[in-house]
Formats: sequence, structure tokens, C-alpha cells
Amino acid sequence: MKKLLKFIYKTDLLFSLAAFILALLISGIIISLSGYSPWEAYVTMTAGAFGSPNAVAKTLAKATPLIFTGLAVAFSFKGGLFNIGAEGQLYMGGFAAALVGIYVQGLPGILHLFLAVVAAGIVGGLWSTIAGYLKIKRGTHEVIVTIMLNYIAIFLTNYFVSYPFKAEGMIPRTEELPASLQLTRLLPHSQLTTGLLMGIAFALIVAWFMKNTVYGYEIKAMGFNQDAAEAGGVNLKRGILLTMFISGFLAAMAGVTEVLGVHGYFIKGFSPGYGYDGMAVAVMGRNNPLGVVVSAILFGALRSGGMLLDRVTDIPGDFVVIIQALVIIFIATPAIIKKVMKKKERRQGNGN
Amino acid sequence: METDMGALIASLLASSLRIAIPIAFAALGSAFCELVGIVNIGLEGMMLAGAFAGVWGSYITGSAYLGLLFAVIAGALFALIHAVLTIRYKTDHIISGLGVNMLSLGLTTVLLQVIWGNRGKSCEVAGMGSISLPIIKDIPFLQDIIGNISPFFYLLLLAVVISWLVLYKTVFGLRVRVIGENPQAADTLGIDVYKIQFICVILSGILSAVGGAYLSIGDINIFGRDMVAGRGFIAMAATIFGGWNPLGAFGGSLLFGFAQSLQIRLQVFNIPVQFAQMLPYVITILVLAISNKNNKGPAASGKHFKRGEV
Amino acid sequence: MKVLYSVEMKNITKRFSDTVANDSVNFSVKKGEIHSLLGENGAGKTTLMKTLYGMYQPNEGEIFINGHKEKIENPAKAISLGIAMVHQHFMLVEPLTAAENVVLGYEPKKGMFFNLDKAREEVTQISEKYGLKVDPLEKVEDLPVGAKQRLEIIKGLYRKADILILDEPTAVLTPLEVEDLFKVLRKLKEAGKTIILITHKLKETMEIADRVTVLRSGTIVYTAEKTETSPEKLAEMMVGRKVSFEVKKNPVEHEKKTVLELKKACYSKNKVKILNELSLNIKSGEILGLAGVEGNGQTEVIEALTGLIPLEKGEILLQGERITDLSPIKRIKAGIGHIPEDRNKRGLVEDFSIKENLILGYHRKSDFCRKGILKNNNIAKFASKIRTQFNIKTVDVDTEAAALSGGNQQKIVIGRVLSQEPKVIIAAQPTRGVDIGAIEYIHNKLMEMKEAGKAILLISAELDEIMKLSDRIAVIYEGQIVAEDEADNFDEYKLGALMTGSK
Repeated sequence: MKKLLKFIYKTDLLFSLAAFILALLISGIIISLSGYSPWEAYVTMTAGAFGSPNAVAKTLAKATPLIFTGLAVAFSFKGGLFNIGAEGQLYMGGFAAALVGIYVQGLPGILHLFLAVVAAGIVGGLWSTIAGYLKIKRGTHEVIVTIMLNYIAIFLTNYFVSYPFKAEGMIPRTEELPASLQLTRLLPHSQLTTGLLMGIAFALIVAWFMKNTVYGYEIKAMGFNQDAAEAGGVNLKRGILLTMFISGFLAAMAGVTEVLGVHGYFIKGFSPGYGYDGMAVAVMGRNNPLGVVVSAILFGALRSGGMLLDRVTDIPGDFVVIIQALVIIFIATPAIIKKVMKKKERRQGNGN
Repeated sequence: METDMGALIASLLASSLRIAIPIAFAALGSAFCELVGIVNIGLEGMMLAGAFAGVWGSYITGSAYLGLLFAVIAGALFALIHAVLTIRYKTDHIISGLGVNMLSLGLTTVLLQVIWGNRGKSCEVAGMGSISLPIIKDIPFLQDIIGNISPFFYLLLLAVVISWLVLYKTVFGLRVRVIGENPQAADTLGIDVYKIQFICVILSGILSAVGGAYLSIGDINIFGRDMVAGRGFIAMAATIFGGWNPLGAFGGSLLFGFAQSLQIRLQVFNIPVQFAQMLPYVITILVLAISNKNNKGPAASGKHFKRGEV
Repeated sequence: MKVLYSVEMKNITKRFSDTVANDSVNFSVKKGEIHSLLGENGAGKTTLMKTLYGMYQPNEGEIFINGHKEKIENPAKAISLGIAMVHQHFMLVEPLTAAENVVLGYEPKKGMFFNLDKAREEVTQISEKYGLKVDPLEKVEDLPVGAKQRLEIIKGLYRKADILILDEPTAVLTPLEVEDLFKVLRKLKEAGKTIILITHKLKETMEIADRVTVLRSGTIVYTAEKTETSPEKLAEMMVGRKVSFEVKKNPVEHEKKTVLELKKACYSKNKVKILNELSLNIKSGEILGLAGVEGNGQTEVIEALTGLIPLEKGEILLQGERITDLSPIKRIKAGIGHIPEDRNKRGLVEDFSIKENLILGYHRKSDFCRKGILKNNNIAKFASKIRTQFNIKTVDVDTEAAALSGGNQQKIVIGRVLSQEPKVIIAAQPTRGVDIGAIEYIHNKLMEMKEAGKAILLISAELDEIMKLSDRIAVIYEGQIVAEDEADNFDEYKLGALMTGSK
């Protein structure tokens, strides 16, 4: 218990929660200005997110890809880089997993699964590394490149499943993957699969990696102070490539759990922006892997709540996007929250 | 045959210009912002806000010009958020910009549904149409390119020229350039750094929003969900390519416009549509990769300035 | 008759979150005098003057300018009251011309537009009047340091300043340039200007000041007419105890061998030659001092030796073995210890804990890491040991380095390097921004290392430090070594002349 309190304090969980609540409050105002009842909206959303075992399953299912994209973004932040390309990386990774699933045959189930996961990670990682490579070779800012790569990845995989790898029928998607490869559903008929456990496992691995490996140490040093890291013998070029690769690898896992878990095949446009949501998740989780898991679940709840909003009320479920935007802004701006929390900072000389 | 070729080139240039207009507006905005040391990833969201507000204004007033005014206000408001966060509260510029983009996407989509009851697009509204200037419409060749063009084009030319004059010939411009290089120096000289940063960020929001408004009330006269589709980021690339100079930013935007319009012509050759669609993004990456590596932006770009810190 | 004060600061208190930078300070400057504000690094001199210049707002206290109570909210207000400040780090905009820099904020206009011709005229006028030579149309990035400083003074005069604050103006100048600066200051005094000189150098104070005020740990401890005080008294006041300035140079008796050798090194940046066939020999049991005006290639020498920049030509030998192409980490491993010149840039990761900082550069050593896994227990034990050994004042080694004072931060950097038994130590500005106590400590440590047979290259902007510690001195000017000899064969003026290329 003491440890938990220390964790909450250390990761500023309380602070994140305050930001989240403030975002909900302001969104509530926007909802009521748009002519709806915020009360109805939030009650419906809560029901949609936690109202029944099925709702909880849906929340956790939505949280699963967000854990990965959140980890991906958080990892790049740790290294002082902005990987805004998780969206593209998860498409590329998901597609690679689908190809391995369909076209590699004759392997035992578990090995086949392992191969699909690794292939996805490598493809996603390399896709992300393009931005790292251009950064070290040409000084190109990774933000613009990763965003451009998102569009390219979406159109590219869209082309693949529209033409060369298209399954029969009207829908642009691949063939169904063999059952042996599909992730087990934790609750029958839900979208919740063992992918969630995989996400938690990856979060633990990332946390351990950062704390206990020399690579984690170097990536952190680079993220905090590139010049000092360089003088301390850290190979910056390699560090940038490694950071982008691992970040892309993690993002690709979101594609894996969607393709192998939720759908059972690769379908065009399967991600409603999990990659972009990953940024909000990382910011809210304060780049802490376990914080990311918690905030992914919160955002999963927003998603599933938003879906029920669309289904049973006139209130647009896209309000969720506004809430996310406000969460990002408030958490990235501690001064606002501190003001609201009445913790007056006595800082003069700031000149403001 | 010769006239055919001429007509082809003219129509290619005309479509290049049309594609370049929204990008160029945002690229000018990006230049102002980066020159005072504020990175603005939020151009995308400010364009989107402008596109939406333009249609909305036109929808409720019936006048596209009032729509444009709505767009300007919307752009200024979103820019104000970015300015307050980055200048007043020292929020990370990139994260603040992403927040602005997401907020804009959420708000416009929600309002789309609230106002028109549709998640995808608005109804058609009055647009700005196009104009033909008296002399130009009689000059051969030129008449095929800009003989009949959106008023946004002339607005853009005006914006480019004024931006250049302001930045390089006026006291205000001198101060802008100083702040991007060394805000501490500006501060110790009694220049109000925050004020000029605020002005420039808001200016960038206005310019971006006008660019966004072109997409809606200057072109197809409806608003579609996420209709800006990355142009804000392309504009940032155009600014970098143009060396943070208004003329350069305009040139960079034209280059993108040309590449894109070439791509549209190429679609005749049975290339899958997806490849044509990804082309502008590929070009952006290529342009950034071949831009001179030593072409450094303002020294203080992206850094927070705090009074009194040396 | 009542004495006329240009500046009176009464009961000024300035706090930064937890620390008190100025504590009820009473400071006044008579009209038309040169007043030295003396104190160690971190005593609060700059803070006090930034408060006067409107960059900080005091938490308590009042300021009177020429007898009138004023609230100075920002530099613009200070300027309007006739106050100008020349900062230690120049506040110049490199890509703009000298004239543009001078008029910034008060630009002459022609209609709507900026009038560059008028600006140039004004600058020429001031520069002629006070003997401050600067070419108004030259870009600042092309100006030498001395000219940049003159430009800063012109900036103040252009704004019609009567009260001129100079923050450590001599730190970047050679002895000859210092003389020129003092001439200008005397001329300004004759013209009726009031001058406040922030410094930590006693010699300067004794040379130029009319009155002196000593600030220690944020409080005024002493004010006197120069004629009524002595350097010894001032030193005692600054430090709070009697200090000895002598470090005993014990020449090492045993045979000196070349350990690190830089041979005909060439390096250019933006097509400008920074290092021009530069050669250096660093021997065991010896401190080689590299003297020179900042910006003559010292940084590049350091970065070339540590592998942070590649050489275009030439080679680097460590104990006779070529290391020219080795990566920084391999050079560290081979025994090149590096105390970076800019602690906050290259030396420390401020967001890292003391523990993490203490292994930076050595983190791949088998003591700290096995097969890529950090040995966190070993690291913690090592950190505690170094903390005690190097007297780093902190609650625990898990504290972030950012929370420490400059002196303690520097002890982390020095402890890190010295504890790893390097063969060579490249000590760049090892005492910059640390208090006198820490300076003594660091100097003694370097002497110990020398006596233990290490080869040491000392790069310092403080001539005193070079002369005090070095056995041999090499002078660098425009990327070349222009003189190299036993330290005893140099004096301050000879060094100064060599440093400016005038010999």
C-alpha cells in the first residue's frame, strides 16, 4: 500500500487525474453549449464504459491497442524524439503480421504466432526508422516525416488489400487468418483478447528495460541532454535509430492485436486513430510505462463510452476527441492545473 | 499541336496554383511563427478551423465574405490557445500544437453533427466564386492560368508581398527576426518579446485559417470532416524549404502544387489511385530530405523564453 | 551639501522559490563614480543588478534613481531612466549588423520603414566620441570579442544611458584589451556617467574603482572607498575568512613521457579554418596550460581530443597508438578523462540523479554493467563512495543533479573523471562558475593528479588559473600554437600579447 502511494506520488498520478477531471468539466460545458445534457452524456458514457461485463470488456479491448501506441510514443519521448507516426507503423505492422499469418505455412502454432509478431515489429520498426535515418542523415525533423509516413502507410496498405492481397468479396481486406494464429478471447463474443495481457507484459518489459539496461540509460541520457550524452560516449546516431526502431516496434504491436485479435484479418482503415490517441495516452501517463497502461484504460473507456453515446443518444460520440485534446493540453501545461488545484506557486521574476 | 501543348501547360500551371493557395497561406503563417521562435504544428488544426468557420459563416449569413471573416476569427482563436500555452505557460510547442489539432478536429466534427446532423460533410453554401481581372483576362496564355481564378489567389499575392515588406523592411520585422535569434537580447533592449510573439502566432493562425477557408468556401463550398488532410504539415515543410522567407515559402508551396497537379495528370495512365494519393506526402519527405542541411532556421525556434533568464 | 546618489537600492530582497538571492540589500552608487560590486560567483551580484535593470522584480524593497522612487517593471523602464546593462553573455543578435544591433528597440524610421543609414550615422558618432571602435555595417558574428563588448557599451550610450552596469566585462578580454576598456571607462566617467562594475577580481577593483561594495551570500558585508581598503581586506570580506592564493607547484621529479599527442590537426567549420595544423604534446606528471582568448580553437582542440568532432587532417596518438578514428566512448575507455568546458551543456544530465551522472561515460564498464544489464547495486555503492570522497553536498545520491549548486555539480563531473584512473585529464574551465572554496578544492585535486603522474591539459579563460597551475604553457591563437614554453618563462603581459597575435 505504501508502495502504491509512493508510485502515485512519483508518477504524479494525482495530477494527471486532476487534469482529466478538468478536461471532463470543460467538455461538459462545451456539450451543454452545443445544446445537449452533459449529465446524460457522462452517464451514458459511464454505462458504455463500465456498465456491464460486456462494457468493461469493450473498454479493455479499446485500451489494448492504446497501451501499445502509448508505449511507443512514450518511448520516443524518453529518447527526446517525437514519434507521431504510430498510426502508420501499426498499419504496416498489422499488415506484415497478416501476411506472415496467411502465407507462411507449416509452422507449429506458437512459433507461427511468434514469427508474425516479430515480423510485424520489425516492419513497424523499420518504417519508423526511416524518420530516424532522415534525421541523422539530413537533419529532417521527425515530426513532419512521421506524419507524412502515416499517410503513406495508410494508402500503401490500402492499395495492398485493394489489389494484390485482396480477399474475395466487396470489402478491401485480406483472407481470414488461420484459427491457430488468432488471439484467444478473454470473454466470449467480445473483442477483448489476450492482446491485453500482451500489452501489460510489454509495459513491464519497457519499464524494466528503461531502469535496468545500459541501452535504456543511454536513451534517457540522450532524451534529457544530447550534448552531455554525446560527451559521455553515447552514440547519438545509433541511439536515435534504436529509439525510433523500438518505438515503431511497439506501435506495430497495436496492429498485431487488432489484426490477430479483434478482426482475424487485415482490413482497410481498421484503426480509428489509435496511433494519434497514443500521444494523449503517453502524455497523460507521463511517459511512465505503467502510467501508460492506466491512461490507456481511461482512454479506452472514453472510446467505448463514446460509442454508446453515438448509439443511444443524439450526442456526437466525437466529443471524446475534444476531451482527449483537453487532457493533452492540461497535462502538458502543469501551470494551469496547479492554478486550479490552488497550489499557488510563488514564483516571481518570471516576469509574466 | 503547339496550342494543345500550350493549353496543357496552362492548365497544369492553373491547377498547380489552385493546389498551392491553401498551403502557401499556412506556410506564410508558419514563417511568422517560427521567426519568433514558436514552432506551430497546430497549423493543421487552424486550417481546419478556418475551413469549418468559413462554411459555417457563409451558411448562417449567406455571404461567403462574412464566412471568410468567421474563418479569420476562428483561426485567431485557435492560435490564441497555442500562443497562451506556449508563451504564457511554456507548454512544449509540439504537444501544444498537437493538442490544438486534436481540439480542432474534435470541435469541427462535433459541430458538423450539431449543425448539419451529418458526420461526414456539411451542406453546400455560398462560395467566394472566382474573378477575372480586366487586363489579365485578355493576355494570351496568362488568361488560361489566372484569367478566371479565386479571389483567394490575389489575397495570397498581397499577403506574400506585405509579409516580405513587413519582415525585411520595417522595424516590426527587424524585431521579429531578432526575437527568433536571441529573445534575451530583445528583452534587455526593452522590446516586448511576449507581445510580438503573440502577434505573430495569431497572425499565423489567421493566415492558416484563410488557407483553410479556401479549401471550403474557395473551392468546393462544403466542409468535410478532416478535409485539410495534412496540408498544414506540408506547409511547414514548404516553409523550411523556402528558408523561412515569405517568398521562399510561396515558392515551396508552388512546388508542391506543381507536383500534385502533375500527379493528377498521371492518373490517366492507370496507376492505382492510392499511389497518386500518397504522392504529395512522398514529395514532402523528399523535399525535406534534399533541402540544404545547413539551411538552419531561427536559432531560438522551439525554445521557451523566460524573462530574466540568461 | 547632500551627496547625490544615482542609484539607491533599499532593503532589496529577492527570492527564487526556496533560495534567497538577495537578502535586505542596501546598495547605493554616487553620481559620476565607478563603483565595483565585488563578490564570489553566486554571491548575488548579477541578480541585484538585474533587479536594478528591471529583469527581476524584488520581493521586497525600494529603488531610487537620482533621488526619485521608481518601480522598474522591465528593461524598457530601466532604459527610460537612463540605465544600461552590458551582460556577461552578450545580448547581441549574431546575423544582424552592428548598427542594427545598436538601435534595436529604438529604431530610426523613414516613414513606415526602418532607416538603416540613420542607424549607421548614430553609431559612428558615438563610437568616435568615446573611442569605441566598431564597424557599424559588419555583421556581429564576424566581430572579435572585444568589439562585441564595445558594441554593447555603444548600445547603452545610444539609449542615452547615464548609469552603466557592466557584468564581469573583463572575463573575455586579454590584459591589453582590459587596459583599453578601462581607458573607455575613465573617459565615460569624465563625461559624467555613473558606472557599476560587477566583478570577482580584486586587481581590477583596485585599479579602476572609486568605491567598492562586497556582496557575500546575498548580503552586503562591506562598503568602502578604494583608498581606504586593501586587496587583503577585500578578499577576506568576499570569502568570509582569510585566504591564501598560493598553490604550491611541486614539480614532479620522475621522468616525463608524452602520453597524448595531437599532430598537425586541421578542422574547419563553414569553410573557416578553426584548427590550422595544430600540434600539442601532453606529458605525464605535468600540467600543460592552454592559454588563449576564447574562440581561437580551444573548444575544437578539446572536442577533437575527445572524439566529438572529426579531424580533417592530422592525427591523435595515445601512448604512441593512433586513436584518431576512435569513437568518444572508446577514447574514454582508453583513458582520456574529460571535464567539459560547459558543465550544463556537455558535463551533466541535469534531470539525471547524481548516481546516474557519476557513471556517464563509464556506464558500459564491467563495474557498472554486464551484458547490457546495469548493476544498479554496484552503481549505488560507487556513487556513495564518490560522494564522500569528493565531498558532494547532497541529501542522497538519488537527488537530481539540477538541485545542486554549481560547485557541487562540478564535483560530480570531476569525481566521475578522477575516480576512473584516466591516463590523461582534459580539464576545460574546471572552476568556471564555482565558489572560491570549491576552486581551492578543485585546484588541489588537479595538483594531486599531476603528482600521481597523470598527464593534464588545462584550458582556462582565467589567465591567473593557467599561470598558477601550469608547468608548461602553450598559447593558442587563430587555431595555431604560437608559443610554448616552461610556465616560468611567461608573464601576464607576454601571454596577453601572444594571445592577441601581436607578438
